[in-house]
Parts: sequence; structure tokens; C-alpha cells
Amino acid sequence: MTTIAPPAQRESAAHDVRGAHLDAVDVSAWFGTKKVLERVSLSMDPGVVTALIGPSGCGKSTFLRILNRMHESVPGAQLAGEVRLDGTDIYGPGSRLIDTRKQVGMVFQKPNPFPTMSIADNVAAGLRLTGTKVDRRARAEIVERCLSRAGLWSEVKDRLGDAGGALSGGQQQRLCIARALAVEPSVLLMDEPCSALDPSSTRRIEETIAELRYDVTIIIVTHNMQQAARVSQQCAFFLAEQGQPGGIVESGETDRIFGDPRDRRTADYVNGRFG
Amino acid sequence: MSISLHTADVPRSLRPVHTRGDRIFRLGARGVGAFVLVLVGAIGLFLGAQLVPTLHRYGLHFFTENRWIPNRDIVGVSAAILGTVEVAVMALLIAFPLALATALYISEYAPPRLRNFLTLLVDLMAAVPSIVYGVWGYFQLQPYAKLISRWLAEYVGWFPLFQVPGGQPHSASWPKSNFVQSPFIASLVVSMMVVPLACAVMRNVFAQAPLHEREAAMALGATRWGVIRSVVLPFGRAGIVGGTMLGLGRALGETIAVLLILSTSYDLSIHPLHVNGVTLSSFIANGFNEATSGQLSALLAAGFVLFCMTLVVNTLAAMIVNRSRSGATTEI
Repeated sequence: MTTIAPPAQRESAAHDVRGAHLDAVDVSAWFGTKKVLERVSLSMDPGVVTALIGPSGCGKSTFLRILNRMHESVPGAQLAGEVRLDGTDIYGPGSRLIDTRKQVGMVFQKPNPFPTMSIADNVAAGLRLTGTKVDRRARAEIVERCLSRAGLWSEVKDRLGDAGGALSGGQQQRLCIARALAVEPSVLLMDEPCSALDPSSTRRIEETIAELRYDVTIIIVTHNMQQAARVSQQCAFFLAEQGQPGGIVESGETDRIFGDPRDRRTADYVNGRFG
Repeated sequence: MSISLHTADVPRSLRPVHTRGDRIFRLGARGVGAFVLVLVGAIGLFLGAQLVPTLHRYGLHFFTENRWIPNRDIVGVSAAILGTVEVAVMALLIAFPLALATALYISEYAPPRLRNFLTLLVDLMAAVPSIVYGVWGYFQLQPYAKLISRWLAEYVGWFPLFQVPGGQPHSASWPKSNFVQSPFIASLVVSMMVVPLACAVMRNVFAQAPLHEREAAMALGATRWGVIRSVVLPFGRAGIVGGTMLGLGRALGETIAVLLILSTSYDLSIHPLHVNGVTLSSFIANGFNEATSGQLSALLAAGFVLFCMTLVVNTLAAMIVNRSRSGATTEI
């Protein structure tokens, strides 16, 4: 169903590409008895930003949450298939939930910093939560590096002790990106990270995504077609027919999906005829 | 050209139109609310009024005298105030970790089906009459609790609070009667009544900890304990304090269980493990039958002291809970 051209990698060959290879194989998902995803397979390469697009309720967020085992935190949620992180099934018997989530970070739709923690503590929260011991100086370096990578350092460097909840929405979201980066994930999932933000904050986050592209494999869910076209090199179009579980209609290089879609439904969607 | 009719640039009165049903309901609700206020106020006034004849008769000695000897007309509440605080604080020290752990288990660890059952069980604890707790404490708990008292006296007895005068905990034939009917055992029983109250408040607050913050912690690779530490406890801090203080209010006023267990004496001493003691409520209940009219005023004045203590504690608790983070700061 899904054939992924090895795209955009010619371009990335010039860079030092880090990040992990993520491979979803025949992933199905249920909430209780309701099947919401049907046999989704998608290969996500390092150095490539993958955008998941599609109308609401097509299962793209569910798919995203399966990639770091957040799906199973919902009561009644089940799944089938495999998700291979650099070849190892994250649902396999040898994989620990906590290790998976450490390696596959996530940024949510609604900015969710810990509101009573300071900005610096927010960034370092992942270290504390995962029991990573660092001394004060290393911690300060991590805080600065991650805030810089998330494009927030210059705005907050003089008030690292302020509460994370006191920042603006766009700043909070970049703080969340910095927090996710602090545990050094090899994959970063973003679930509509800009949908609650104004245009200039959105642009800022898109720049951040572009800067992080070679450091960490990024998979982003977005409702915004222009955003998908701007930030991603690979794109997967999800669709759920009436009453049916969702699945991938078409995936491939972003330029091709937008410029020359093979499926009529993809063409209708990317040209704004529905959804 | 049209002429503006509203030439005066002053705020218009915006008067909402109420239907008759609205007005009747509003009046009724207001009346009930006012009735509660009046009732509490009247109780306070009635008790407070007793202070006047009491202070007139006994002077400020009423607060400093510890003894209660009706036939010599020696009346004072200092021992009772001390004992009340002693029992309440100990009950809280025992109840707090129990309530916190129970609330955390129910809201964070228990599987959903067990969660409802456990909630019901804990709520049931609140429904057990205090006389039943008293009897249970006296006959079931005391035989074991006195062993704890002895152990404490034996190993930490060097600390004044754990001393039992004449207890000889080291000797093989330790005088058991010195270790029973003590404030410690009374507070054990009272703590069982405090736990469900404090637990219910804590559980409610923990359950409100925002999902998106929990998910933030989980996505960073936090364990359940990590989520609790970074999200649930900071969010629920006010509920923990408030629930505990609400429990304290309950512990201060508990009467019948304390009366059953504590053998009354009016000594001004702090030996919680040692037999004997008195609290304000047990003081009142004890003295009620043998009091002359002047002494009755004194007992009611003692009630006023208790009333004020619980009022302050409960008001503080309500203030702390109300000032807690209602989620306003988490919104963007």
C-alpha cells in the first residue's frame, strides 16, 4: 500500500545525520472494540521530516502516539503490528516502556510545560524524571543548549528562574521542545504543535524544526497543508472512510504528494476540496 | 441626518430581567444560605456569651487552671486544651501518611474497577459511628497498641515525649495498666476517623491533575512515581494541606471515642503513651452531669474555646483549598 521512495536523502547526505530509523509495520489500533487504524506501514528515516496529514478523526494522532507507546496509556487501547526503532520492536518483550519514551520524545498540541516549575527546571525535568544524574554545571549547559536549539534561549536567558507557565503560548511550546530535547531523543514526535499558536510563533517553530532535522528524526502531525509542504520532506496522507478505521492512502516525497498525487482522494485533500 | 437619542455619554443601567420563578428560587436559596450563617453565628454567640459569667466567676484562672474539682469549685481548661492539641496532632501524624498513601494508590495505581470499590470502602470508614470506633479501639486495638507503646517507651523512652512514668518497660512484668487508656491510643482511634475525610479531599484533587501535564511527564520517560512527583503532588499540594486540616478539625472535636478510651485526669503533662488525659470535648462530656449552674457556664465556655479552635482550623483549610491552582495558570 505504501511505497516510500528513498527521498530527500540525497540532500541530507551532505550533513552529519543523527536520529534513528523508525519503521511501522502493519500497525492496527483499537479503542475498546472500535478499530481506528488498519494496517498502517510507514518508514521514517533520519534526516527527513515526515508529515502526517489528513482530516480529523483519521487516526494520524493515534498513529503518532503508537510510535512512543503513549497510545497504551488510554484505558481500553490496543494495537497490533510492530514499530521498529533502529530495527528493534519497541513493543517487543525486551523493550522497556520508559526507555522507549526516552528515545522517542513528544511535543503535544497544547503547550504543556510544568506550570509551577521554573523555565530551567522545566528543561531539566526529563533528566530528573529519568533519574539521570548531572552536576550543576552540566545541567546549566544542557539547559542553555536545549533552549538554544529550540530557539528560545535569547528570549528567556535572563529569567530562567521564572515559572514556565508565565511564558506566552508560542514560548511555552518552544520550552516543551527544549524539554523534549534535553533527554536526547533520537526521534521527536510533534502532534499539531502549532495549532494553538499565532502565525509568528508558528514560523518560529517551523524554523526550529528545520534546524533540528539532522539531529533527530521528526514526525509531525499537522492540519495545515502549507505547513506540511514547508517543513516536511516526506508526507503520508491518512484517511478514514465513513465508519471505517483510518489508514494511509498515499505516502511519499512531499513535493510529489502535493504536486503529483496518484490517488484522487489525496489530490482532493491537498487541493482543499474536502477535509 | 439622524439625531442620536442617546446624547448623554453615561453608563446605561443594564438590568437583567428575572422571571417570577427565578426570583422565588433566588430568595429561597438566599434564605437557606442565610439560615446556615445565622445558625453558626447563634451557636458561637450562645457559647461566647457563657464566657462572661465564667470569667466573672473564675477569672483568667479559667484558662490557666488545669484541674476540675466540682465540689471545691476549681475549674480550668488548660489541661484539656493541652490534651486536645496533643491527641489531635498525634492523630494527624498517624492519619496523614495513611490518607496520602491511600489517596495516591486509589487515584494513581489502582485498576479502575478496584478504584471505585476502594473509594466506597474509604467513604464507608467515614460512616462508621464514632462510638463503634471507640469500642473497637478499647477492646480490639488497645491490647496490641499497648505493645507498641511499650516498645516505644523501651527504645525511644530517652526522649521525654515517649516516657511512661512508672512504666518500667524493660522489666518482664511491666505494669500494663500504665500503658493503656492513653492519649496515644485515643489518637490512634481518632486517626481512623480522620483518614477518610483527608483521603477524600486528596483523592479529589489528585484526580483533577491535568492530563496534558501527566502526558508531558510520561512522554519524557517518567515512571508512575515520576508523574506523581512532578505533576500530581505539585498540583495537589493545596488539597493535601486542606484535606489534612479538615481532618484536624474533625480530630479536635471528637468526643465519644476519646471519652471511652481515655481515662480522665487533669494533669498538665505531656506523656502521650502514659495512661490518663483529657480533651476539651471529653472534659465537657465528663463534667456535664455533676456541674452546678456556674460550672455549666464554664463547660460551655470550654465549648466556645473548642468552637474557636475548629473554626480557625476549618477556615484556614477552606482558604488553602480555595486558593489552590484551579487550572487557570495552566491555560494558555
